[in-house]
Amino acid sequence: MKFKIYRYNPETDEQPYMRNYELDMEAGDMMLLDALLLIREQDDSLSLRKSCREGVCGSDAMNINGRNGLACITKLSTLKQPIELRPLPGLPVIRDLIVDMTQFFKQYHSIKPYLVNNDPPPETERLQSPLQRAELDGLYECILCACCTTACPSFWWNPDKFVGPAGLLQAYRFIVDSRDQATSERLDNLEDPYRLFRCHSIMNCVDVCPKGLNPTAAIGKIKTLMVKRTV
Amino acid sequence: MVDRIVTGAHYGLRGWLVQRISAVIMAVYVFFVAGYIVLNSHFGDHLGRGGLDYYKWVMLFSNPLMRSFTLLFLIALFYHAWIGLRDIVMDYVRSAKVRLLIYVLLTVLLLLYSIWAVQILWGI
Repeated sequence: MKFKIYRYNPETDEQPYMRNYELDMEAGDMMLLDALLLIREQDDSLSLRKSCREGVCGSDAMNINGRNGLACITKLSTLKQPIELRPLPGLPVIRDLIVDMTQFFKQYHSIKPYLVNNDPPPETERLQSPLQRAELDGLYECILCACCTTACPSFWWNPDKFVGPAGLLQAYRFIVDSRDQATSERLDNLEDPYRLFRCHSIMNCVDVCPKGLNPTAAIGKIKTLMVKRTV
Repeated sequence: MVDRIVTGAHYGLRGWLVQRISAVIMAVYVFFVAGYIVLNSHFGDHLGRGGLDYYKWVMLFSNPLMRSFTLLFLIALFYHAWIGLRDIVMDYVRSAKVRLLIYVLLTVLLLLYSIWAVQILWGI
C-alpha cells in the first residue's frame, strides 16, 4: 500500500514536504492508524497523536485524502491510494501530523462548557426526566477531535473570533440542558456577528464529523432560540 | 493601545433574520414577474392572450400595487445585499477603519439606489 505523508519538523526543515511510504500488506480489516503505526516502525521520526485507538479520545484526527477524520476508525480498504495524509487544516503545525489546538480549545472554553446552576446542591443528583435527557442526544457524544472546526472555512478565516462548529455544538448542549440556569447569558455570549453569525450553514462540519453529529442543526437551534426571545 | 481581539457586539440576529425574510420576498417577486412574462410571451399566444409589448409593460407598472411591490422587492434586495456584502467585508478587510469606510460608502450607495428606484418607478 502506498502512502504520502506530510512531514515538517520546524527545527530542521525549512519547508514542509510530502514523503512517500510503502507497506507490503493487504488492507483487510485494518484501520488507517494500524498502518501508521507500521510506518512508524520503518521511520520512527514520524510524529502523530494517538491514544485510545478506537474513536473515543479524538487524538488522531487528521486530513485523510483531503477529508478530516479519525485515523483509528477509518478503514484502509475505503481509501484510494496513494493515501495522502496531512495535519488538520487551519491550525499551526507543531510537527508532522501534530497541530497546535490552543485556538480550538480557547473557543471551546469561551462558551463556558460546564453546568451553571445557582441552586444549592440537592441531597442526591439533579434529576432529569427521560425527555429532558433525550435533548442531549447528538450533543454530548462530541469528543472534541476538531475535525469539524478545522473543516470550516469560517474558522480558517476568523479562528480568533468565530467559535466554530464544535464550540457551538457544545454551547447548545448546555443551553438545552434542563439543569442549566444560564441560558440567557449563554445566548448573550453568542449573539455576535463573529462568534455565531460567521456560520453560513455550508455543513462541512456535518459532512466530516466522525461521530455522525450535526453541528449545523445545533447552530440553527441556537438561532431559533435567539429569534424566540427577540420577537 | 494593546492589540486585543474583541468580540461581543450583541447584534447579528436581525441581519440574519432580515436576510431570510428578504430572500422570501425576492423569491415571490421573481416568480411573479417570470410568470407574467411567460404568460404574455409567445407561449401565452396559445392561451389567446397575445404577446408582451411596451403598452402591456407600461400598464403593468402603472398599477400602484405593482409599483409598491417592485419597490418592496428592491428594498429587500438592497438590504439583503448590504448584509451579504458586510459579511464579505468582515472576512476580507482586516483594518477596522477601512471596514467602517466601506460600510458608510455602501450604505450611501444603497440609499441613493433606493431613491433612484422610487424616481424610476413613479416616473413611468
